[in-house]
Amino acid sequence: MGNIEMGFDLHMDLVQLLSPSGEISKAASKSAKDIERLVRFYRAMTRTRIFDNKAISLQRTGQLGTFASALGQEAIGVGAAAAMEERDVLVPSYRDHAAQFYRGMAMSECLLYWGGDERGSDFKNARGDFPNCVPVATQAPQAVGAAYALMARKEDRVVVTFIGDGGTSNGAFYEALNMAGVWKTPVVFIINNNGWAISTPRELESAAETLAQKGVAAGVEGRQVDGNDVIAVHEVVRRAIDKARSGGGPTLIEALTYRLGDHTTADDASRYRDPEVVRAQWTREPISRLRAYLVSEGAWSKEQEAELHKECAEEVDREVAAYLNASPLNCDAMFEHLYAKLPDTLQWQREEARRFAQRSANGNGNGHG
Amino acid sequence: MAEITLVEAVNLALARAMSEDKDVLLLGEDIGVNGGVFRATNGLQARFGRERVIDTPLAEGGIAGVAVGMAAMGLKPVAEIQFSGFIYPAIDQIINHASRMRNRTRGRLACPMVLRSPCGAGIHAPEHHSESPEAMFAHMPGLRVVAPSSPARAYGLLLASVRDPDPVIFLEPTRLYRLFRQEVEDDGVELPLDACFILREGADATVVTWGAMVPETLAAAEKLEEEGVMIEVIDVATLKPLDVETILRSVEKTGRCVIVHEAPRTAGFGAEVAAEIAERALYSLLAPIKRVTGYDVVVPLAKLEKQYIPSVDRIIDGVRQVMEAS
Repeated sequence: MGNIEMGFDLHMDLVQLLSPSGEISKAASKSAKDIERLVRFYRAMTRTRIFDNKAISLQRTGQLGTFASALGQEAIGVGAAAAMEERDVLVPSYRDHAAQFYRGMAMSECLLYWGGDERGSDFKNARGDFPNCVPVATQAPQAVGAAYALMARKEDRVVVTFIGDGGTSNGAFYEALNMAGVWKTPVVFIINNNGWAISTPRELESAAETLAQKGVAAGVEGRQVDGNDVIAVHEVVRRAIDKARSGGGPTLIEALTYRLGDHTTADDASRYRDPEVVRAQWTREPISRLRAYLVSEGAWSKEQEAELHKECAEEVDREVAAYLNASPLNCDAMFEHLYAKLPDTLQWQREEARRFAQRSANGNGNGHG
Repeated sequence: MAEITLVEAVNLALARAMSEDKDVLLLGEDIGVNGGVFRATNGLQARFGRERVIDTPLAEGGIAGVAVGMAAMGLKPVAEIQFSGFIYPAIDQIINHASRMRNRTRGRLACPMVLRSPCGAGIHAPEHHSESPEAMFAHMPGLRVVAPSSPARAYGLLLASVRDPDPVIFLEPTRLYRLFRQEVEDDGVELPLDACFILREGADATVVTWGAMVPETLAAAEKLEEEGVMIEVIDVATLKPLDVETILRSVEKTGRCVIVHEAPRTAGFGAEVAAEIAERALYSLLAPIKRVTGYDVVVPLAKLEKQYIPSVDRIIDGVRQVMEAS
């Protein structure tokens, strides 16, 4: 095989700056070790995990619909979101609330979304960010289009988009990567490779040694990073964003992590994976890893830990209350934002919905009224 | 004022829309230097530049997805799907995202995009080039579906579609692209996206049609007039949202209705029109509603396409059936 000139490094070396036991690499720059920032990351990851625990218990007690937890994958969202500017655009998948929270999405909005209320995607902050995307990989070409729009308008903004390991098997992912390569759009693709697409393991998704190398054929630089190492994730994403912002085009980042929880609350992962393997993965998870480092640096104490948990629990309680006390949805909401202006043909349908909603409220909704 | 073809009217409307709004851009396969395989975008890249008239990689799903992303960021992309048979990969993006971006974000983001595609049979094209997919799109909440049938309506409806704040599927009948010329003034005046066009008035029967079947229906009307049968011809033009009222008023006047479309019969858009009439104007009917449509077969290749497309003869036969009934 001849040599291919790619204009970038073809190395797929895994970038890791913080070992699973919390030792910092000599390769870590001074700024990467900025303790104040790392404490911020630690707090954000912890906050996401405490939220996840609560969301799952809400689902188990019938107060929330199906929910996709980010357990074990908090470093990817936090590290990436922290590398973004507020004006940048996040195009998420559906397991990216670690990043969304960091960018200002309220926990109550996340709960509204999974609780079956469209108002959850009407973010109060980061209002240019896309809503969650459930049809796997369909967000990828949208991210390229959004980045094209920013580039065409010469706005100093970039797009960051997430996809799962399973999503990289989908044609939409390849089409998006290919177009981003041709147009050099300011977009950073981050693969949250948590090893599982529901029950399908990574090795059944692709024979490629890395998912990062999927960028090569599209002329897009690929990088692989330890997704449980928030310092490395932040560094690698920050560089990719800097490159995108300065006109250097797209980057594909594969972040290696592990889905410690079920796919969603509707899934039972014990049907298809060995609990021993999952237990072993807990030794690599991102939060205790960073805590070990902060403690070793004298930057984190038991008291601070207890205080943080108390703060997060209070915030979660407030947000859960906001979610549970959200004003009831009127049936008009189905029609309100379907079009900029409701077409005449839908007016009578809205009237009918109102009439039957009223009858139901009056106790005549059982079909015998 | 110049006499132009339907495809030239598409070009004229696109140029007008691009010159009046810098957020309008075009993307699709071979639309730039080549001007599109039907020349609908001829000369536009030279005039507006490569950034606004984008030759995309060959990936219809990607084209639709990119357009959704652009539109959500406030651009007004007009994406071309080269032939209707290649529109299916784009449906994922249209149904899952374009049609519901506004709804699912409570109006925070929207999707002001147009997906243009030539459609229909009758030009001896290869396989997968002759589809009539309007019913699939008309079924999707949140979309508009438009099918022009003349140069003037193509111009006015396309301008309105580009300016509309919601996603529009714009289906251009290839058979009509160069069938006839019409005077079209480039005055920037749009046509309404929620009104049927009564192309010919008549008291004996209402014939409802759209897109490529309009010329055949008008030809049938001429011949029927010779027999003393005056039909009212309605060009639906904007299938979704459907202007039911105009159709109902006509049927209440004539008491008889024939629906003509090229797409296959079962669950075709004619079924929707028939159902609306049955629900809301049944007692005005003097005869059962008649549908004259493509058969429920795979649209045939060139040798049989003339026998697939409803002919003037079949339309006349359909009208005679509703005239003889009752």
